[in-house]
Parts: sequence; C-alpha cells; structure tokens
Amino acid sequence: MTTTDTDVQSSSNGPASTGPANTGSASTGSASTGQRSEVRLRASQLRLGYGDRLIVDGLDLDVVSGTVTAVIGPNGCGKSTLLRALGRLLAPRGGSVLLDGERIDKMSTRQVARILGVLPQTPQAPEGLTVADLVARGRHPHQTWYRQWSSADETIVADALRMTGMLELADRPVDELSGGQRQRAWLSMALAQGTDLLLLDEPTTYLDLAHQVDVLDLVRQLHAEAGRTVVMVLHDLNLAARYAEQLVAMRDGHIVTQGPPDEVLTEDMLREVFGLEARIVPDPVSGGPLVVPIGAHFR
Amino acid sequence: MTPGTPATTRSTQAGTGHPAQPTGPTDPGGVGTGGRDNRSAIAARRRRRLIGLAALLLALVAAAVASIAVGAKPIPLGAVWHALATPTGTADDIVVRSLRIPRTLLGVVAGIALGVAGSLMQGHTRNPLADPGLLGVTQGASFAAVLSIFALGLTGVYSFVWFAFLGAMIAAVLVFLLGSAGSGGGGGPTPVTLALAGAAMSALLYALTSVVVLLDQQSLETYRFWQVGSIAGRDQGVLGQVLPFLVVGLVLALVNAPGLNALSLGEDVARSLGQPVLRTRVIGLAAVTLLTGASVAACGPLAFVGLVVPHVARAITGPDYRWLLPYAGLIGAVLLLLADVLGRVVARPGELQVGIMLAAIGAPFFIVLIRRKRLVRL
Repeated sequence: MTTTDTDVQSSSNGPASTGPANTGSASTGSASTGQRSEVRLRASQLRLGYGDRLIVDGLDLDVVSGTVTAVIGPNGCGKSTLLRALGRLLAPRGGSVLLDGERIDKMSTRQVARILGVLPQTPQAPEGLTVADLVARGRHPHQTWYRQWSSADETIVADALRMTGMLELADRPVDELSGGQRQRAWLSMALAQGTDLLLLDEPTTYLDLAHQVDVLDLVRQLHAEAGRTVVMVLHDLNLAARYAEQLVAMRDGHIVTQGPPDEVLTEDMLREVFGLEARIVPDPVSGGPLVVPIGAHFR
Repeated sequence: MTPGTPATTRSTQAGTGHPAQPTGPTDPGGVGTGGRDNRSAIAARRRRRLIGLAALLLALVAAAVASIAVGAKPIPLGAVWHALATPTGTADDIVVRSLRIPRTLLGVVAGIALGVAGSLMQGHTRNPLADPGLLGVTQGASFAAVLSIFALGLTGVYSFVWFAFLGAMIAAVLVFLLGSAGSGGGGGPTPVTLALAGAAMSALLYALTSVVVLLDQQSLETYRFWQVGSIAGRDQGVLGQVLPFLVVGLVLALVNAPGLNALSLGEDVARSLGQPVLRTRVIGLAAVTLLTGASVAACGPLAFVGLVVPHVARAITGPDYRWLLPYAGLIGAVLLLLADVLGRVVARPGELQVGIMLAAIGAPFFIVLIRRKRLVRL
C-alpha cells in the first residue's frame, strides 16, 4: 500500500515541471486559450468506485492541451472508470476533476457537453437509426426545445460525415454497418458535437487489426487538423505507443508511470503493470518502442 | 461473420474513407452537391412525415365521423351534421350530442394518451414489449377503484374516477421509488429494476383487488364492467375531469422527446451529449403516469393500444421520438375509435366493449407484426 502511494506521488510529480506552472492559471478559473501547455483536465486525489467497491483511490493526472494520451493497463485496473470520471459520467467519491480549471461536478451536464465529448465502449444505436441521424444527435447539446435544427447544424454534421469518410453511408442504418464503419459513425457523432476535447473508451474494441489502425489514423487526423486533445483507453500497447504521445500506465486503480511512450514502455514496467515478460525492440516503422511478449512457450 | 465479410467491408471502407481525403479539399464542387443532396433528402423526408401526419389527421376525422354515425341506431351523415351544427332536439340530435360525441371524444383522447404513453414507456425501458401499465398504473387504479366502492359505497363510474386516478399515481410513484432503491447507484431506476418493481407491485395490487371483490358483491359488479375497458356510458363529466392531466401529460411527453432521443443512445452517451439522465427519466415516466392514469381512470384498462401502436408508428417514422410520439398518438386514437365502431357492428343490436375488441384485433395484429419483422431493438 505504501509503495503504491509513493508510486502515485512520484508519478504525479513526474510531469511536475508543467504541473505547478499551471496551477496558478488553472485555479483562477477560465484558463486562457491558445496556451500550448495548458492543462485541460486535472484529476486530483480522485477516489472512484461502484457500490461498495473502491476502484481508484487517490489518483492524480493532468491532461495537457493538444496532446493525445493513451491510458493502458490490465483488465479491471480502473482505466474506463477513470475515463468516465474525467467525462463527468461518474461522480467521484472524493477528490476532484477540473475541466479548464473549473470543478466539473459544479458544471451542468450541458455545459460539460459543449466542451468535451465522451465515446463509451461499444455504444448501441437503436435499430433503424441512420448514420446521418446518429451524427445529427451530436448537435444535441447545442439545441433547445424551441430551436431544434439550424443550417449551421446541417453544415457541421455534413463536415463531420465528410471528415470520417461516412458521407456516402449517411443514409444507411447504423446497425447494418460493419464494426469499423460503425465506429467511424460514432466518431462522427462525437465530432459533430464540436468539442476539442475527446475521451474515447477503447475505440478499437472488437475491430480487426486493419480497422484498429484505420480508426486510430482517424483519431490522429482529428488531432492533427484542429489540435484536439484526445484521451483514450487502449488495449494494444504497440498501437498506443504509435498513436499517443503520452502514455499513462495504470494498475489496481493507480498510475504506475506516465510519460512519452519510449520512457513508459520498458520491460520493467510491463513486468510490474501487466505481469508480462517481454522484450522491447525498436519499431521498424516508427522507430518507437515495440513490445514483443515472451510467454511460457518460448521461455 | 464469414471470413470474407471483414475483407469486403474493409475494401468499401477504404473506398469511402481514404479517397475522401484527397478529393475533399480539392473538389469543393462535388462535396457541395453531396451536401445539397443530403439537405434536400432531409427536407424531402420532413415533407413526407408532415404529409403522413396530415393523412393520419384525416383518418382520425373519418374514424370520428364513423364513431358518431354507426351504432345500434345508425344515423345518416346528414343528421350527424344537423346534430353538430344546428341541433333542434330531435332523437338523433340527442343520441349524437349526449352519447356518441362524448364517447368519441373519450376514445380520441384515450387513444392519443395510450399511444404516446406506450412509445415513451418502450423508449425509456428500451423494451419492445413494455406497455404503459408497466409502472403498476393499471392495477393501482383498479385497486383504488374497488376500494372506494367497498369502503365508501361509491357506485357510478363518475364517482370513482378520482380515486382510480389517485391510485394510479400512487402506484407509479411507489414503483419508481422501489425501482430506484433496487438500482443501488442512486442515479434513478434502471429498465430492469423498473420492470421488476412494476411487476411486483402489480401482482400485489391485483391480489388486494381480488380480496376486496371477493368480500363484496357490489364492488365485484362495478369492477367487472370497469375492468373490461370501455369508452361507452361514461358521464360527460369524466372527460372534463381527466382532460387537464392528459394535456399536462402530453406536454411533458413532447418536451421529453429530444431527451429520449439522446437517451436511446445509452445513458453514458446521453450524459456526454448534455442530457441529464435522471431528470429525463422522471419527466418521461411522469408523462406516462399522467397519460395512462387518466386513461385508465376514465375508460378502464385498454390493452394493446400502448403495446402495438408504438411498433406501427416506429415502422413509419423510425426511431426519432419527435416524430414517433405524434404519429403514435394519432394512430392510437384511430385504432381505438375503429375498434369501438367495430364492436358496435359485430354484435348488433348489442355491442362488444372496446377493451374486448382491442384484444381481439390487437392480438393477431401483434402476432403478424412479430412474424413479419422481428421486434425492433430499442
């Protein structure tokens, strides 16, 4: 227990170079935009759980503007729980989440929805809902009961469809799409929401490798085009190293280590976090770290 | 799920996805037409849906005229018009104005209420077999009705409408609280806890109702006729009594439609789209309770309207509740009136109550619906 606590402390102090520098601007409220190192999301001493079970206890995390962060860790380590709390889908037991310096639990659901979009793992669309209708629902936080639809909404939805390459499939029911297309449709919805902060919970679940790469290319493209800040939970370590510039490694509800992929993805980390014996070799394509698991068979 | 499928879908994906990048910025003309096509397609669909609504309104007027004209004493259309426009107190005028019109109006509002309530209920529980009575509203009304007859000696339908309505409200609130307590999370009831709480409450109230009608002959007599479900022989005052609740329920339902659209994507997505889940549920279930409670109090339990009509409406409009609710309301009213008229025709010179007719029409209709297309996932 004491070791895990110090781990959290040391890990939260890892990016401390940016942390304290931002504390001032963050706590004054509305963080000024345009600042590259500005903290968009900050979790401090976060305690999360369901029912009687405490899953995350005393977690600190900063998400810096304009970065793509991947949260990695074994099943049940609290990755998705953390993401839900960052997106205000789960109320913390203790501690706080700050969105642009403001306490997220003090903001209204709609206010939050205009700043950040969350895509849960394998969301379900009602049968018969077309891609265009799904994406149109991304405009929900910008609509009121008396003003339902505007031509600006129309343009934004068309842009979102075009950016994800779903324009030609706009009239198809979502439930008839393939897994990769469906994930694109949901990403389009999140895009139409018009937020520059996206939280994605395992956007590649149930997709084959080619489609995983495809979806992550799209995420990367969204990041590149508008400087969107992305936090995603990923299972595949090699893809996480490729597509994220920050990795956050979690185990048992706390952060073991975080930083750039080449610093985080070490053989020691894999042993400690995943209990996995593996080699790290240079990725022949990107030059970054590549995880090659050993397993009992080849030991 | 054959090995070939992923490959083909991937190739279509590559076809739609990647080339769009180069063509997108360099060919604004092509993209523009795509956008315009999309826009005109949406406008065309909107026009189709408005025309559909107008057609349903016409159908409703026709059904209402039939409901006024057809019966044990057939009344020619000319006489119907005479009674409506320039009543002079002829026998036909009296039949039309004191019997047929109140009955028709009651049928219209009950049909709208049940169609809308059924759609809301199926949407909120994401259960295609949900029925507006899921919250225990029907059994709550039944129990309160027999209790008021037994304990207070009330006899006329007119007199126990208030009690039935009150019983419906209390039952629904109890089911909601029970369902919330069962869900544990503090975020309101889940579809499953709601269905379980409703089933338990209904069973309990049914047992209590049975106890009372076994004890008391008078309660049994009145209950027997009430529980079949009918829009005939109700005092004109009944409609006036329940109308305010129906109007409030309808307004809440329409306010709930965009929120329910968001909620139908799942609770997490709804929240991330800025829709407060608990508030949306409370408003939706309050609308269901008001609409169903008022309808049950006035007409007794009418089966199948709230169950079948939402499926018919959904087949036309798709899953957008802003269109689904008005369609379901109008279809419900047309169905209820037609069933009532049919009940007067098949058993001449007597008549079958609309509750029986609805079950007789609704059951085969529902079977056809299930056979034709598997039930829609919500």
